[in-house]
Amino acid sequence: MAQHLWPVTGRRSPGVMARLRHVEPSIGIWILLVVVLAFLIVNPLSRLLLSSLQDPGSGQFTLANFAAAYGQPRYLAALRNSLVLGVSVTALCIVTAVPMAWAVSRTDMPGKTLVGVLTFGAFLTPPYLGALAWILLAGPNAGWLNAAIVAVTGAEKGIFNIFSFPGLVFIIAIYSYPYIFVFTTAALKTMSSEMEEAANILGAGVWRTTLFITLPLALPAILGGAIITFLEAIALFGSPAMIAIPARYNVVTTQLLEFFSYPVRVEVAAAYVLPLLAVTVLLYLVQQRLIGGRGHVTVTGKGGARTLIALGRLRWVVFGGSMVVCTLSVILPLVVIAQAAFAKTWGTGFHAGNLTLDNFRFILFEHQSASRSIINSLAYAAAAASFALALALAIAYIVQRRLMPFGGVLSFLCLAPFVVPGIVLAIGFYAAYAPQPFALYGTATIMILAFTTRFLPIAYANASAAIRGLNPELEDAVRILGGGRITAIRRVVAPLLKGSLVGAWLLVFIPATRELSTAIFLYGPNTRVMSVMLLGLADEGALEPAAALGLLLLAVIIAIVGIGYALLGREFLARQGE
Amino acid sequence: MMPEPTTPDAIRLALHGVGCRFGKVTAVDDVTLELRAGEFVSLLGPSGCGKTTTLRMIAGFIHPTAGTIAMDGEVLSSPSGSQPPQRRNMSMIFQSYAIWPHMTVAQNVAFGVKLRGLNAATVKQKVERILDIVRLRHLAERYPATLSGGQQQRVALARAMVVEPRVLLLDEPLSNLDASLREEMRFEIRRLHDEFRMTSIYVTHDQAEAMVTSHRIAVMNHGRVEQVGTPYAIYNNPKTRFVAGFIGRTNLLEGKAQGRVIRFDGFAADTTLFAFAAELDGDATLSVRPQSIGLAGAAPAPVAGRRMWSIEGTVTQRAYLGEFWDYIVAPLGGNMPLRVSAPPAVDFDVGARVWMSIDPTQVVHVT
Ligand SMILES: Nc1ncnc2c1ncn2[C@@H]1O[C@H](COP(=O)(O)OP(=O)(O)OP(=O)(O)O)[C@@H](O)[C@H]1O
Ligand SMILES: [Mg+2]
Repeated sequence: MAQHLWPVTGRRSPGVMARLRHVEPSIGIWILLVVVLAFLIVNPLSRLLLSSLQDPGSGQFTLANFAAAYGQPRYLAALRNSLVLGVSVTALCIVTAVPMAWAVSRTDMPGKTLVGVLTFGAFLTPPYLGALAWILLAGPNAGWLNAAIVAVTGAEKGIFNIFSFPGLVFIIAIYSYPYIFVFTTAALKTMSSEMEEAANILGAGVWRTTLFITLPLALPAILGGAIITFLEAIALFGSPAMIAIPARYNVVTTQLLEFFSYPVRVEVAAAYVLPLLAVTVLLYLVQQRLIGGRGHVTVTGKGGARTLIALGRLRWVVFGGSMVVCTLSVILPLVVIAQAAFAKTWGTGFHAGNLTLDNFRFILFEHQSASRSIINSLAYAAAAASFALALALAIAYIVQRRLMPFGGVLSFLCLAPFVVPGIVLAIGFYAAYAPQPFALYGTATIMILAFTTRFLPIAYANASAAIRGLNPELEDAVRILGGGRITAIRRVVAPLLKGSLVGAWLLVFIPATRELSTAIFLYGPNTRVMSVMLLGLADEGALEPAAALGLLLLAVIIAIVGIGYALLGREFLARQGE
Repeated sequence: MMPEPTTPDAIRLALHGVGCRFGKVTAVDDVTLELRAGEFVSLLGPSGCGKTTTLRMIAGFIHPTAGTIAMDGEVLSSPSGSQPPQRRNMSMIFQSYAIWPHMTVAQNVAFGVKLRGLNAATVKQKVERILDIVRLRHLAERYPATLSGGQQQRVALARAMVVEPRVLLLDEPLSNLDASLREEMRFEIRRLHDEFRMTSIYVTHDQAEAMVTSHRIAVMNHGRVEQVGTPYAIYNNPKTRFVAGFIGRTNLLEGKAQGRVIRFDGFAADTTLFAFAAELDGDATLSVRPQSIGLAGAAPAPVAGRRMWSIEGTVTQRAYLGEFWDYIVAPLGGNMPLRVSAPPAVDFDVGARVWMSIDPTQVVHVT
């Protein structure tokens, strides 16, 4: 049972009124929080379900939306394509990330820190920016790599075409492999090397041990990472929009965009998106089982000093392989984005005559909404981070200190958006708040609220961990010495949590500045954000200004990570990986 | 022993039938306990017996589900409502010390006094005085993280006492200290109590701590108070098997009384040996401390005017612990070995035939 903070009334004994004067956080706060969570989470999701079952005109119950959503071969093909895409991306990620994780955590490969940092860079790079870079690199005619092949071999035509299914798989995989890398590394690092030594002592060699002991032990972690990769891949919007649409290859997320183009058919989109939601929830539950709800797999056994596997000459091969992956995902894209951002025309190459700042001038001062989009991105991200964190803190505190009943429900609601793909959330928000009486479509409010909801789980997990690390006796000591709950929060909780809350705020701010899939269905003429703007510029073929905008976005992200790192040190990076 | 209060002070704190349930778990059950002003009472019991829960109910952090808690005649807690902790004028020393890490020693100690709205000069004077008493004046401006465990403990004591609480609550305040510091702090706590005579409740699972510090000890088990009494009474006159076994070591002898004889597994006694003979009927358990049993190599000669209970047996195990021998002696023809503590000079090999002699006045009947 919870500690009672307010007297349980019912019997009117003398002193009840006296005690009532000392009612602490009141039931009012609880109701307020429930209402806010209902607004942010319950209502959008239930509207999504409802509108899939309603006739848009009459509001009558109908299954017609499902018939419309699944009635055309083209729509069904998109579902199948998404599935094939997800599986292919995941497979490609497993074969690259698992050996890399093993090499980084288990062997004497050189340059481990470099590989780690570059992989972290791949994780931070917005996938749609990577897609833009790869259009420049492997566009069918003028792409850098194709041009290089033509120049070297004298062939008539390059061999790469990014606007293809393999291109799409590739472009998604190089930004998704960090999930499997992080999960697998964590498992391998916590695994006791005694388990491997036990196999060694029984006569198993290094390779046998790795194949039959190490990897099977890390399998739950690998699968956990693979599931996350699969879910990310099928819910991704930016890369398919930039690559698959020109390639005339339809996937679920691009199909949803089609439902949203005039005339908007939200009810069909809602019906169409439900399998995506169901698959996500289901796979997420499987993933939680696999990793035991901890965020990483702990394989028991004491850590202790471990011996690294000596690879001999092979270590340079392994290093080279890892660097190829990092080059494709981070180094090459960064180079071409920077080149294009400072180029008059990107295709004419690196020479002084091609250098210009015009693209930045265009973005910042000339384009009617590009500079606005930068301000919007930062402002919405800041507002969403603040709002999400305030909400998460209040709820985490109430839940951890058991101040009010049904804490578990509040906690569940805060974490629920984690299993809702951004695109699904956006459609839910659209269904709930675009119509009267809210009429929020296209406003800053709906953007901020959607971002808040989308990143509430990150804020909640961090706030919860911070409060869990705070011994409740520190607050009890305030209270027994004569201070109320508010004094305890002000004088003890707030000063002690300051550091970790700054970190949590940044952890929401970073993904919010680059968020695309939620924004793309909710923005209006004046509420474009950087991601939406970048996609628009790329769509118009203004690749150099798009690159300039992308570079600015990257600079913002790197600056924030730098601030977080300066304030909190390594711990910040570790939390980012979770 | 501490001096008993000479005049019977007023009842400061009264618990009547206090109970606390967490869902299906009954953490505290029907606890009744009264403390006079200035009295120091220990709650002693094994882990999980409900000591902390009882203390936190007294502090107002937990709401009792039965019974009442009253201070100076005013009901503070009852199932229908509780005065919040900050209105109780108590203070508490937590097991974790709960010293605020972002405040200096002086700021920690001054916190409660400031909340009472005293002027700055008075606050300063009170803080300095208490820091002198706990010998921490020279560390006043330090942050807690830079202090040793014993020093942190003293900060916690100073912070709790400086507000002159009507009741001081201590939850295993010494359990995080190493053994020698623990011994030192026991006496420190007693010294401070002698100086301020604050009504105190001290939670511990260490009987030596309870015996050094307390006027009275309340022994708890499974959420209930089994016995309340002075350390002397608790040790020498345990009422229950649990109390006898928990406070010091003992032999619990289960037997069956029939007429004038009580039979154990392999030996027996004449019930008229014992002052409590009238109580013995059917199943009964007697408690005999190991050091109350004498050992001899031959049957003891009867002494006029002094009836002894004598049991013949064989030494089955022994260990020399420096200050005494620890023997296990199996009475002949039975399977109920007894533990015997004997002085170093009483030296028998394993297998030796011995006679145990027990002074009947040292035997206690427990339920
Ligand atoms: N909030 C709670 N919810 C459920 N059960 C609880 C709660 N607090 C305590 N208990 C249970 O109540 C019983 C008594 O707990 P309490 O903390 O009072 O024991 P204790 O005597 O202080 O033990 P220790 O010496 O280990 O500190 C235990 O069985 C415990 O598991
Ligand atoms: Mg306890």
